[in-house]
Amino acid sequence: MTVARFWRKIPQRYNLIGTKCENCGTVFFPPRSLCPDCRRDGKIVDHHCSGRGKVVTYTVIRTASDQFSNLTPYVLAIIELEDGCRLTSQVICDPSEITFGMPVRSVFRVIAEDGPSGIIHYGTKFVPS
Amino acid sequence: MRDVAVIGIGCSKFGERWDTSFRELFVEAGTLAIEDAGIDGESIDALYVGNMSAGRFVEQEHIGALIADYAGLTRAGHTPATRVEAACASGGLAFRQAVLAVASGMEDIVVAAGVEKMTDAGDSTDVLAAAADREWEGFAGATFPGLYAMIATDYMHRYSLTREQLAMVAVKNHYHGSMNPISQFQNEITIDTVLRSTLVADPLRLFDCSPVSDGSAAVVVAPLEMARDFTDAPVTVIGTAQASDTIALHDRRDISTLDASVAAGNRVFERARVDRKDVDLVEVHDCFTIAEICAVEDLGFVKKGEAGMLYEEGQTYIGGDLPVNTSGGLKACGHPVGATGLKQVWEVVTQLRGEAGKRQVDGAEIGMTQNVGGSGATVVCHLFRRV
Repeated sequence: MTVARFWRKIPQRYNLIGTKCENCGTVFFPPRSLCPDCRRDGKIVDHHCSGRGKVVTYTVIRTASDQFSNLTPYVLAIIELEDGCRLTSQVICDPSEITFGMPVRSVFRVIAEDGPSGIIHYGTKFVPS
Repeated sequence: MRDVAVIGIGCSKFGERWDTSFRELFVEAGTLAIEDAGIDGESIDALYVGNMSAGRFVEQEHIGALIADYAGLTRAGHTPATRVEAACASGGLAFRQAVLAVASGMEDIVVAAGVEKMTDAGDSTDVLAAAADREWEGFAGATFPGLYAMIATDYMHRYSLTREQLAMVAVKNHYHGSMNPISQFQNEITIDTVLRSTLVADPLRLFDCSPVSDGSAAVVVAPLEMARDFTDAPVTVIGTAQASDTIALHDRRDISTLDASVAAGNRVFERARVDRKDVDLVEVHDCFTIAEICAVEDLGFVKKGEAGMLYEEGQTYIGGDLPVNTSGGLKACGHPVGATGLKQVWEVVTQLRGEAGKRQVDGAEIGMTQNVGGSGATVVCHLFRRV
């Protein structure tokens, strides 16, 4: 990944800054710059998501792409935040611990590295809360 | 709009084709298809090529021109060639573009082809992850099996599908594949084979997953009114439909339902004016076993949550009520991504012509294809009828 591609998403990746449509009240994380329901009638503003949520579904990744292969096995989940939006993230826990509806909270972690001399991607993972 | 018929089909052997290059693979299927149609290169008005990721797999873009060049179509006719991409639905989409071009009256004889050379890539898991949302799924460590595994986790939590029933999808597809000469895997397997294979992404194991494959498939279409000039056994395209959904699985209305599959299925049946019960066989996109379970439900063959029994009763085998993936599906026949949608058409047309040999569905008149891109962001469906 180029530095710019990572850098421009730092607020979103580090602090869960999503967006909200002020017309219908829907929160978007991952952020959207166009509300799919209100489209051009919507008014999109930044929204700081709470970082608390629950597990909607999950898996344990045993075979990963090269960039994540040093982490296997790791828990991957779809998490619904208190704000109503859903995202895909890793949950830091033992694979046997993960369950439906498990309450989780966000933490700041290293996500991956672009090789020994490339940039280190930081971002959000979740832990049981 | 004109009625469109398939007048020629060709499919390469699927598998790990170490001795064959990307362009050679295409020529193999293309030659078979135009020989089957009994046409020459000059009569081809246009070419659509389905390909997901030659740029990543073999570091080659500008696929349309490359294929036209090596198919010998750049001398006399300078035949227009267009690459079509929708991840794993690229082939189905290329076919749909060919059908639309002929139906509109713009072109008469059009070739739709699909090709993928996957074994030349180092990290194919990462290339395939590009079919999902790179920014918000891939960067978090999601793999393709991982996304379908999350569908399977959700599905098995909410509905009565046992691990054994899920394995039956792969067992059935290997059985069908063992009767298909172009199939990557020719071996039969048991439920035990699946359950003892290594975990890839819980609950999916290696034998729940389609393989990395090289292969190509090509289909020639023409107006129905001209079809008899080329073949005694034309097959009509009675319906074509396509639908989109969110690129990321986490944004779907329902994790276990591919809404784009529901939409494309409803549209194609409406347009073709046939009922689900009239379908004699269906080729669906079983990139993972759970995907086939979702497909037969989302297309409306059974209610949500009831597919497990269909497999328990063996109804999806050749000879059952609803033969599914008589080619062996993506699981056994192989999944050269861009070629898969065209291989599905190849199989259905082979069956409707009565040329499927040992795996023939007796008296097949109506067949269907369902080709999925990503975790369900693109779905393309077609219905075919023997003339």
